[in-house]
Amino acid sequence: MSTEKVKREPLFSTKYRKLLTIPIGKNNPITVQVLGVCSALAVTVKLEPAFVMALSVVVVLTIANVLISLLRNGIPPRIRIIVQLVVIAALVILVDQVLKAFAYDVSKQLSVFVGLIITNCIIMGRLEAFAMANKPWDSFLDGLGNAAGYGVILIIVAFFRELLGSGTIWGIQVIPQGFYDFGYKDNGLMILPPMALIVVGVIIWVQRSRNKELIEEN
Amino acid sequence: MQDLVNIFVKSIFIDNMIFAYFLGMCSYLAVSKTVKTSAGLGIAVIFVLAITVPVDYLINKYLLSAGALTWISPQFADVDLTFLSFIMFIAIIASMVQLVEMVIEKFSSSLYNSLGIFLPLIAVNCAILGGSLFMQEREYESLAQATSFGLGSGVGWLLAIVGIAAIREKIRYSNVPAPLRGLGITFIITGLMGIAFMMFMGIKL
Repeated sequence: MSTEKVKREPLFSTKYRKLLTIPIGKNNPITVQVLGVCSALAVTVKLEPAFVMALSVVVVLTIANVLISLLRNGIPPRIRIIVQLVVIAALVILVDQVLKAFAYDVSKQLSVFVGLIITNCIIMGRLEAFAMANKPWDSFLDGLGNAAGYGVILIIVAFFRELLGSGTIWGIQVIPQGFYDFGYKDNGLMILPPMALIVVGVIIWVQRSRNKELIEEN
Repeated sequence: MQDLVNIFVKSIFIDNMIFAYFLGMCSYLAVSKTVKTSAGLGIAVIFVLAITVPVDYLINKYLLSAGALTWISPQFADVDLTFLSFIMFIAIIASMVQLVEMVIEKFSSSLYNSLGIFLPLIAVNCAILGGSLFMQEREYESLAQATSFGLGSGVGWLLAIVGIAAIREKIRYSNVPAPLRGLGITFIITGLMGIAFMMFMGIKL
């Protein structure tokens, strides 16, 4: 199927590149579409779990998008939600088992949030809105783009929370010891859950003041 | 008895689904524009959580956890099906939601009219699956404890969504900076409410 298309349209034409890049910026799943906020915030205390979480979502969303797109003509519309849930749940179980085997500590930190990828609205939303109506290669790029948009926000939030909250990045101390001797203190508030919400709020603020067309009415 | 009350209070105020774990944020942000609809959704969440958490508790205890199948035959003692829990829980939740919807439709049409539209939304609400997964992770000892946890989490969720809806109704009249309007300010208010809820930390009955 895809070989035909390669002849007609190069794999990375402008249209395809747009599918990949728009969700990262202008139509970001978290800050614009407000999808998948649920599992996004709780894992952002440190950079490492946030990165692993983002990677898991990339894997699950991309594969699920391609699979559903391949199956889209065989799925009866009445039971499509169940089919989608089964595909997602199976992929999440795989990711969970891989994490438990190769990155046990991170998997313990993520605890229930790996399981919650199943109910992550981004995944259901993309499967329903995009993969059910588009070809596998388009769906692959769309899945990758949306998951990357999710991951970018996760990593930005985690970067600031770890830097300001514990003075480290990826577990390595970056604030020089001299600052602490001088009386600098880590902001303990950044580690607490509510600050994740406020950091996302500020990101939305910055993004919307640069992109005027995203501003809401009331 | 006291431990039940303790779990109940703890899951409302300290381990609040929204302020401590951000579960169910999608519907929380989307449906919190007016107090009336958000109260309807909140009640539906309490309802579904109070049913699915105990059911998932039984499933987990008698089917999934390590050595749970011994009640069928002692030779299953080393079978561990925990890896199936995600798919089991989501299937239970989806079917329970469907069942609850049908029962309500049959017996109380007024309740159906007020909750009906929210029930399908709830099947993919992270708070519901989250409730079951936390129940599994925290290893509650009895059915009563699991039920009290489910109820408490639901009540906590209702409190949060009604609170934010009330604030959003009022904030419409204030002069919020344009880029923050709508989503941005809602995030920040939720953060501030979360900080307020943190004063409950450490309460123990």
